[in-house]
Amino acid sequence: MTPLAVTAWTATSAAGAGRDELLIALRTRQSGLRPNDFGPTPLATWIGRVAGVDECSLPATLANWDCRNNRLAWLGLQADGFLRRAVAARDHYGADRVALIVGTSTSSIGATEEAYARLDDDGRFPADLRRPIVHTPHSLGDFLQHALGLTGYALTVATACSSSAKVFAQAARIIAAGIADAVVVGGVDSLCGSVLFGFNALELISPEKCRPFDPARRGINIGEAAGFALLEKDGDGPWLLGYGESSDAHHMSSPHPDCLGAQLAIDAALERAALPPSAVNYINLHGTASQMNDEIEARVVARTFPQSTCASSTKGWTGHTLGAAGILEAVITLLALEAGVLPGTLNSVALDRACGPQIRLENVTAPVQVALSHSFGFGGSNCVLAFGARSAH
Amino acid sequence: MQHHVFIAGVALWSPQLPGWEAARAILRGDRSPDPDAATRPAATLLAPTERRRAPDSVAVALEVAASACQDAQLDPARLSSVFASTHGDLAVTDSLCETLAKAPQLTSPTKFHNSVHNAAAGYWTIGSKCLRPYTAVSAWHHTFAAGLLEATSQAIVQQEPILYVAYDIAARGPLSTMAQSGSLLAAALVLAPDYSSAATTRMTWSTRPSASPTLSVSRPTNEALVAGNAMAGCLPLFEALATNQACELTYAAAPRLELALALQPVRAETRAA
Repeated sequence: MTPLAVTAWTATSAAGAGRDELLIALRTRQSGLRPNDFGPTPLATWIGRVAGVDECSLPATLANWDCRNNRLAWLGLQADGFLRRAVAARDHYGADRVALIVGTSTSSIGATEEAYARLDDDGRFPADLRRPIVHTPHSLGDFLQHALGLTGYALTVATACSSSAKVFAQAARIIAAGIADAVVVGGVDSLCGSVLFGFNALELISPEKCRPFDPARRGINIGEAAGFALLEKDGDGPWLLGYGESSDAHHMSSPHPDCLGAQLAIDAALERAALPPSAVNYINLHGTASQMNDEIEARVVARTFPQSTCASSTKGWTGHTLGAAGILEAVITLLALEAGVLPGTLNSVALDRACGPQIRLENVTAPVQVALSHSFGFGGSNCVLAFGARSAH
Repeated sequence: MQHHVFIAGVALWSPQLPGWEAARAILRGDRSPDPDAATRPAATLLAPTERRRAPDSVAVALEVAASACQDAQLDPARLSSVFASTHGDLAVTDSLCETLAKAPQLTSPTKFHNSVHNAAAGYWTIGSKCLRPYTAVSAWHHTFAAGLLEATSQAIVQQEPILYVAYDIAARGPLSTMAQSGSLLAAALVLAPDYSSAATTRMTWSTRPSASPTLSVSRPTNEALVAGNAMAGCLPLFEALATNQACELTYAAAPRLELALALQPVRAETRAA
């Protein structure tokens, strides 16, 4: 594919607001996880909660979209001057020529959950939550389109944990089809009852800090995050070199046992980027710390990449931010390219025997030319992104 | 920029329009809808045990997905897909939120995995053993046209046929005051960059900015058949396909983005050439 320049990019998660805080957390190996304190009856687990979401207030003109998920989106837009950069792109290309494609798993379902917990005596939604837009999946896309003053193509992608990785693929197609000149991509997912109690029902929640790829791992920690990137045909920044997408065709909530879908997504990303596996310096793995994901992902990495490729999961810093994991980990991958900091795998003390030499516990400092980000989702949806350094294209 | 794709497979299902053969005649006004309307399609792609438990959204989406592939004479396992739904499964969301409000620890694992927006797409790829990618999207009132644009873009940029599935179901419980949608409705198209013997229509498309996009409308009698379903916007295109005549349609793919479609039946085009 024709590479696209990533000219602005940011992420806000439990590991910090914006790139500088995130990079410091990665360098100093400070986890953002904390004991679960979300909701009236918190499960015994750890979560990646973003500071300041509940205190954040939206501008009066955006009050119709007010809910926890859109507040997190608003917080995320402020970091690294992203809002300013997106508005500058809008003014440069025209509001109708900048598309908006964002991913989420549950969007603002937290507002719907709250309405059900506060139904009035007639069984209706409370007056303050009678706002249809916050009770539908496109709440996120519609909010961001208004917040950024964009008028072109706008889409919310919801393919669970691969959502905000797939937005990069869709952006590449929308630009190639001439529908937009630039695309704001991103993803936002916030803590809510559905995901905490839902993953708990699937017995995937860890009672302790998640330990990706550790033989004694006990499951995932749910996190929340907001992240964005501006993609343009040309410009100053690292490059999106390729994407690969696939389906497992196996099971709604467990990955393919032979890593077939993951392998297809990796192969397709490398093919679009016209790169051999040996060109990959770093991989940010999906690495959720669930039994199945980590074993299968470790096997596919071990058989595909040379020893020289460093790979790690950063879920120990942020938790699994679900529909925002794609963009958050794309940003960590871009930080590796720009700063030469290859994060290791936090909280884990040993490696599963399925792991090859690629998967690292400790951070590595090394120049990076090409890096991948893996996102494998619920419902068997896989997406792998390939990024290159400024000089790589 | 103007592009074109070939429509090689068509499917539609609602209780009053149960399958494309019946729907085509009814939408043309050649036939009245069956008074003994079906309640939901059989979802034969799923194993019998899963079939009964499948949410309405999954049943109706899988029905049209399978029918469109059959119509296009293409193996479903070969097709990438785009699944679009305004609200996802409103009944599952209602039930999940009710449980969370009363006894969150009793949340059902099945209900949780059925609540994700990509549940229908996930079941489709499992049922059809399809390793090709899918996406699952929403754009509120613009979902049908925005999803169609994603599907047509994939077809032309990746030069491969694409399955496009659009569906919504009836709202239930307190949520029905916020997410207005009635009945079941699903539509599917197989869109191909190149001509094949299954192609019935050549569809030319382009987008342009518009402060107030013009919207093609369907006949009121047809509109009434889909009972305020959130995906009712698909009807003008399917009415046009039912009549099999050249025509032009406009949709809003975003609040200020018009999608213009020009449909040309393939046989007529061949005759003209």
